[in-house]
Amino acid sequence: MEKLYANDRDVVVPGELLAEGMEYLPAGKAFRDGEKIHASTIGIVSIKGRVLKVIPLAGKYMPKKGDAIIGRITNIGHSGWTLDVNSPYNADMNIGEATQEYIDLARTDMSKYFDIGEYVIAEVIAISEAKFIKISAKHRPYRKLKGGNIIEVSPTKIPRIIGKQGSMINLLKDMSGCDVVVGQNGWVWIKGTPEKESLVAKAIKTIEKESHKKGLTDKIKQMLSEVSK
Amino acid sequence: MTKVGAPEKLIVNGKRLDGRKFDELRELKVKAGIIPNADGSAEVTLGETKVVAAVYGPREVLPRHLSEPDRAYLNVIYTMISFSTSERVRPGPSRRSVEISKVIKDALAPAIFLEKYPKTKIDVYLEVTNANAGTRTAAINAASVALADAGIEMRDLVASVAAGKADGELLLDLFEPEDNFGEADMPFAMMPRTKEITLLQMDGELSKDEIMRLVEMNTKACEQIYEAQKAALKEKFATEKEAVQETIENSEGDKQ
Repeated sequence: MEKLYANDRDVVVPGELLAEGMEYLPAGKAFRDGEKIHASTIGIVSIKGRVLKVIPLAGKYMPKKGDAIIGRITNIGHSGWTLDVNSPYNADMNIGEATQEYIDLARTDMSKYFDIGEYVIAEVIAISEAKFIKISAKHRPYRKLKGGNIIEVSPTKIPRIIGKQGSMINLLKDMSGCDVVVGQNGWVWIKGTPEKESLVAKAIKTIEKESHKKGLTDKIKQMLSEVSK
Repeated sequence: MTKVGAPEKLIVNGKRLDGRKFDELRELKVKAGIIPNADGSAEVTLGETKVVAAVYGPREVLPRHLSEPDRAYLNVIYTMISFSTSERVRPGPSRRSVEISKVIKDALAPAIFLEKYPKTKIDVYLEVTNANAGTRTAAINAASVALADAGIEMRDLVASVAAGKADGELLLDLFEPEDNFGEADMPFAMMPRTKEITLLQMDGELSKDEIMRLVEMNTKACEQIYEAQKAALKEKFATEKEAVQETIENSEGDKQ
């Protein structure tokens, strides 16, 4: 009865049959329909024992608890801030989650802490059924991102920009001397001298575009070293 | 009753005017990801009929009152570009295009996991750049590839085709003269995995037996179209395979 139709690392499309039988478990973007397991989005199959996972290759960022994301303040409310987080939903940061300091609402202007248009790296701490996203920037390394520039990449390419155990991101930081922060939502913050900033931005765009090619690390290394000479 | 400009016969020597067999599709081309600024896009060419689809979203709902608390709001807009037919089409929504938009929306909605995207909107824009019968079915084919290209979760792709009757013969995938001067036309859409029919319209007169035969004909053709849709998507994403290898390895602890 149990039968596997897909191989590990296969590209699958929505509706594609992955396996039959109750022995297997769907995970990620896979779903069960009766005895059968199908993919629900365009993605890659990852088989680990009985678990069939579909990793998406496209799509908007959907907030997940524990993600480190970059947000832009869009509104200041009575007791917190509203942020655009490059997803269909806005995020809320409560006043108590913004900083370790005590903020006396009666005497302080909230825009002193975070003003409209400023960027923050924060953690997703809760998502309600109605998709209200709560984020926190209270503890390190979450903080306000002062100065610098933001670039946008596809959220599905973020792991490639970070690299194995952060190898790619560390390469970018070390070789350019820039401060780089990557949000799981597809926003990347870069701060350094203007020339270096644009160089890192270019390197990240290259990673996004050529993420499927071999020898990417060497290419990025070369890109960064050419200018620094 | 004869119509002006009608060809004398639609079937000559057992073949159709464009040389096809009765149950043969026009040349089908499907291409995914043709518009870089859209979240998902596709182009479907079926003979002389050509449709471009662009998908945006899920994104914030505007105007806000359209937002639904438990699922996404699906917005489908079908338009014919003014130069798509021999007689210029007046730009903007018409009675016909509003109706077709609604019908396409209903054909696509069962295939999408709308409940996974509450309080959002998914926009599907369908532009007919050249019309030669079967534009709504080509639009459905393009829309479902574009939705998949946008990474939206779906139960299945939707494949669609029209069949009909002309000169007393049952024909698959009517082209313009057959559509205009034939006896009946039956647009059809289905989810090939479960064989659920999501669109069934009919214009003209058919017997019960004829309808059943046309449904069967359409079902077979939809499976053929489904394969082309899958191939187009896989072609676009084939290059991503190696990039994802790393994604899988990093998927547990991908924090910085």
